[in-house]
Amino acid sequence: MSESAISLNTELIKSSASALAAAIAHREISSREVTDAHLDRIEQVDEQVHAFLHVDAEGARAQADAVDAKVAAGDELPPLAGVPVGLKDVFTQRGIPTTAGSRILEGWRPPYDATVTTKLKGSGAVILGKTNMDEFAMGSSTEHSGYGPTRNPWDLDRIPGGSGGGSAAALAAFEAPLTVGTDTGGSIRQPASVTGTVGTKPTYGSVSRFGLIALASSLDQGGPCGRNVADTALLHQALAGHDERDSTSWAGEYPDVVAAAAKRDVKGMKIGLVKELSGEGYQAGVSQRFDEAVKVLTDLGAEVVEVSCPHFDYALAAYYLILPSEASSNLARFDGMRFGLREGDDGNHTVEQVMGLTRDAGFGDEAKRRIILGTYALSSGYYDAYYGQAQKVRTLIAQDFAAAFDQVDVLVSPTAPTTAFKLGEKLDDPVAMYLNDVATIPVNLAGNCAMSLPIGLAPEDGLPVGLQIMAPSFADDRLYNVGGAVESALVDSWGHDLISEVPAL
Amino acid sequence: MSNVDQKVPFTEAVEAFDPLLGFEVHVELSTKSKMFCACPTEFGAEPNTQVCPVCLGLPGSMPVVNQDAIESTIKIGLALNCKIAESSRFARKNYFYPDMPKDYQISQYDEPICYDGYLDVEVPLEDGTKKSVRVEIERVHMEEDTGKLTHAGGATGRIQGADYSIVDYNRAGVPLIEIVTKVVPDTGALAPEVGRAYVTQLRDLVRGLKVSDVRMEQGSLRCDANVSLMPAGTSEWGTRTETKNVNSFKSVEQAIRSEIERQAAVLQSGGKVVQETRHYQETSGTTTSGREKTDAEDYRYFPEPDLVPVEPSAEWIEELRAGLPEAPAKRVARLQEAWGLSDFDMQSVVNAGALDVVEETVAAGVDQAAARKWWLGELARRANEQGVEIDQVGVTPADVAGIVALIDEGKINDKLAREVIDGVASGEGTPAEVVEARGLGVVSDDGPLIEAIDQALADNPDVVEKLREGNMQPVGVIIGAVMKATRGQADAGRARELIIERLG
Repeated sequence: MSESAISLNTELIKSSASALAAAIAHREISSREVTDAHLDRIEQVDEQVHAFLHVDAEGARAQADAVDAKVAAGDELPPLAGVPVGLKDVFTQRGIPTTAGSRILEGWRPPYDATVTTKLKGSGAVILGKTNMDEFAMGSSTEHSGYGPTRNPWDLDRIPGGSGGGSAAALAAFEAPLTVGTDTGGSIRQPASVTGTVGTKPTYGSVSRFGLIALASSLDQGGPCGRNVADTALLHQALAGHDERDSTSWAGEYPDVVAAAAKRDVKGMKIGLVKELSGEGYQAGVSQRFDEAVKVLTDLGAEVVEVSCPHFDYALAAYYLILPSEASSNLARFDGMRFGLREGDDGNHTVEQVMGLTRDAGFGDEAKRRIILGTYALSSGYYDAYYGQAQKVRTLIAQDFAAAFDQVDVLVSPTAPTTAFKLGEKLDDPVAMYLNDVATIPVNLAGNCAMSLPIGLAPEDGLPVGLQIMAPSFADDRLYNVGGAVESALVDSWGHDLISEVPAL
Repeated sequence: MSNVDQKVPFTEAVEAFDPLLGFEVHVELSTKSKMFCACPTEFGAEPNTQVCPVCLGLPGSMPVVNQDAIESTIKIGLALNCKIAESSRFARKNYFYPDMPKDYQISQYDEPICYDGYLDVEVPLEDGTKKSVRVEIERVHMEEDTGKLTHAGGATGRIQGADYSIVDYNRAGVPLIEIVTKVVPDTGALAPEVGRAYVTQLRDLVRGLKVSDVRMEQGSLRCDANVSLMPAGTSEWGTRTETKNVNSFKSVEQAIRSEIERQAAVLQSGGKVVQETRHYQETSGTTTSGREKTDAEDYRYFPEPDLVPVEPSAEWIEELRAGLPEAPAKRVARLQEAWGLSDFDMQSVVNAGALDVVEETVAAGVDQAAARKWWLGELARRANEQGVEIDQVGVTPADVAGIVALIDEGKINDKLAREVIDGVASGEGTPAEVVEARGLGVVSDDGPLIEAIDQALADNPDVVEKLREGNMQPVGVIIGAVMKATRGQADAGRARELIIERLG
C-alpha cells in the first residue's frame, strides 16, 4: 500500500506533507481540497489553540488554485507543490500583516517578501497564515506574544514552548502539516520538544535571514518544523541555500537532508552523550525517555560514549549578554517614525518624546527587559566585561563542540529539561524561564546544527519529551539520518506515531 | 556668558601658543548604488524616490556591502600612502535620530580598512615659495550617510522648536568615507594655511581618483577642523574643539584662525577651553558654540553582525595600486613646468576642475594658452550655468582642438566658435561638421564683403567724413553694420582692411 493511499483513507489534516505532495502530484486530490481542509480545521480549533495571528484564506486558496492549474497543465511541480504551511510571524510576506508578535508592529504590511517566503512560494507551498510567537522571539512559552498566548494541544492549560509556540502548536493541532520557525536559543527545538513534533535549527548561514525580523543577528536562524523527520527534511531542503541578500549566508555545498532522512542507518556511528546536559535540573521522566532513546541507538548499532563540554555551563550567561546586546540595537528602529505604532504625535510632544512613548506603549515587559540589559552591556566601560567576555565564552563553546566532534559523529541530549509547564507558571521568574533553553543554547552560540524529535511521553505527566541531536556545521544530514533511525525504531515499537496520541480538540 | 567671544590678535596668539590641528574629512563616494543596497545615489532626485527596504531600515532587511565602495576606499587609502587592513570590520554606532532609518549607523570603529598614511601638503608662503608639511593620516574608514531632515517653522531651522520636520531618505545609505588625520603639530603661524592646503590638496587627490565629485558646496566633501592650543615651549596638549559647517577651503583657513584667536583669549584670561562642537559662521568668519561633548554620548559600538569582515586580497590591492593615477601634486608641478604657468594661473586650472581636459586638449596639439582660454572661459561658464562638471558640457578636448584649428585657419572667428560649441554640445557633430551644416564659415570671398562695406559707407556719410579726416575711432560703426549685414560671418580684420581700401 502506497503512503498516499494511507493518507487518503484517513483525514487529510492528519496526512504527512510528503503524502499530500504525492497525492496532489498524482491528481488523487487537489491542493484546493487540502488547503480548504486545513483552513476549516483552523476555523474549528484555533480559537482554543491560538496558533495563528493572521490567516490568509484568500491568498492560500489562490496559491492552491495556481498549483492545481499547474497539475492540470501537466507542468513539472516543485517539491512542496500544493502543501499548506504556516509561517512564523517573524518573516515578512508582502502585503500580509507581519508583527513579530509585537504590538509595536500592529497593522504593518511589509512591502517585500523575506527570502524564506520567496522560497516557500517557489517550492509551491501554500502559505496559510502567520503563526504566533513570543514578542520578537523573546521567550520560551509564547506567553510574551503581544496578542495573547498560544496553548499546547496536548493540554490547553500548558505552554506550547517558545518563541515558536504557534508554529509547533499548529502542527500538533493538525492546522498545518509543516511550519517555518526561527531558532535563536531554542525557539524551534524547545516548542518541538514540548508538543511532540520535530524541528531543526539548521547550521547558521543555511537559511537566509533576509526578511527575518532580527532578534539577535549572530544567533537567529530560520528552520523547518514538521510532524515527522522526512517532512521536516523536505521543508529544510526547500528553505536552505545561498542568498546574496544575506552576507552571512553560506556560499558552499549544502548536504542532501532529504536523502539522509531516508537513509536511517546509524550502524557504526559514534554518538556522544553530553555530560553537562543531564542530571540535576532534568525532570525524571525526561531523563528516563532520554535513556531509552540512547538504548534504541545502541540497539541500532551505534556506539555511545560520554563526552564533556565543560564550557556549556557558561552558555546561558554568555547568551543572555550577547542576545540582549544585539537585540537592543536591532530593536532600535522601532521608533514610530517610519512604520508600525506611533504614540503621542499630537503636536505637543518632541520627536524624542514620540519615540519614547511609542516604545513604551509598543514593547512588552520582556522586550523592555532585554533592551535595557543589552544597552547596559554595550555601554562604554562595560563592553569588555560583558559583551567582550561573552564573545570569549562563545569561542570556548565552539572549541568544546570541535573537540567533541573529533571523537563522535553527533551529540545527543534531552532538548528541554522539562515537559510543557503550565501557563503563568514561570511568567514572573525570568531566570526560571531562561533555564528552559539551557540545552539548546550552546548550538546557537557555536553556529552548528541540531534537531529535536519526539521520544515518548513522560510517565509522570503524560506529556511529550524531545531528543536533541547535534551535528557539526553543514553536517545537517547527520541529524536527519540519526533522527530518522530513532523515529522509525520508536514508531515500530509503539505501533503508531506519538502525535496520534494528542487528545482530540 | 557673553555671546561675543573675546579674541587675541592672531600674531600674538601664535606667539604665546602652539596650535595643534586635526581634521576629519567626509567624502561622499560617487558609486552608482548605495553602500549597502542597490538604490541609486544620484543627487537631486524627488524626495524618497531612491529608497528600498534596506536603506529605509525596514524590519527584516539586511545590508550587503557595495564592492565598488570598497574599491574606491582602498584607492583613496593607497593614494594617501595608507596600509590596507587584511581584515577589517563594520560596526554599529547606536543613537536615536529620525534621519537614521535603523537608529544605528553602520560604520567602522576599531578596525578601519585603511590606516597609517600621510599626505605631503605644499603650503604657499607669503614670499611666493612653498613649504612642504607632512599631514599624517590615522585612518580612512567607510560608513553610510544619513537621511536629510528639513525643519518647518520655529526660528532657527533646527529641530528644537520646529512645527514639524520632514525626512528625505534618498541620501540614507550613500557611501561615505571618513579620513581622519593624526594631530598635526608644529604648524605655528602657518596653521590656517596648512589647514586650507590640506583640504584643498586632499580634494585634488580624491578628484584625481575619480571616486567622488568632492564638491564642498554640495556636501560631497565635508570637513571638521579640530583645534587646540599648547602653551609655547611646553608639551601639554590643550582641550580641543571640533568645528563643523566649514563649507569652503577659505572657510577652513578662517575657522582655524578664528578658533586660535578665541582659544588664546580664553586661556590668557585664565579660563578653560570647553571640549565641544562649534559651528563656523560664514558671515562673521567666527565659530559659535554647538553642543557640548559629554560622557553621555555613548554610541555603544559593537561589530555589525549582519556583515562579514572585509578581506581584500593582496593581489587586488596591488592591482589597484598599479592603476593609481600620478599623485596630483606631482602632476600639477609637472604640467605647470611644461606649460610655463605662474602658480596663480595653474591654480585657476586646478580649481576649475579643468586639469584633465586642458591636458588632453594640449595633447591634441593645441597651444596651452588657447586650451586654457576656451576651457576656463566659455566652457567653464557653460558648466557653471548648467551646474555640471566641466567635462560634462558635451564638448570634448578633441572638439576644442578642432575649433582652435578652424580659428587658426581663419575659417571661423571667436564669435562663430561659440555657435560651433552650441552645435557640438547639442550633438550636431564635429566642429567642422557644425560649421558646414550651419553654414558658419567666415566670409572670405571679398565680393559680398565689399558689397556690404559700400552699403555701410553709403548709409553713414557722417562717419565716412570723420574717417576721411583720419579719425578712425568710429570705424566700429561700419564694421558693426558689415557684421550685421553678413550675419557675423565676416572676418573683422579683413573688413577693416577693405574699409580703408574703399575709403581710398
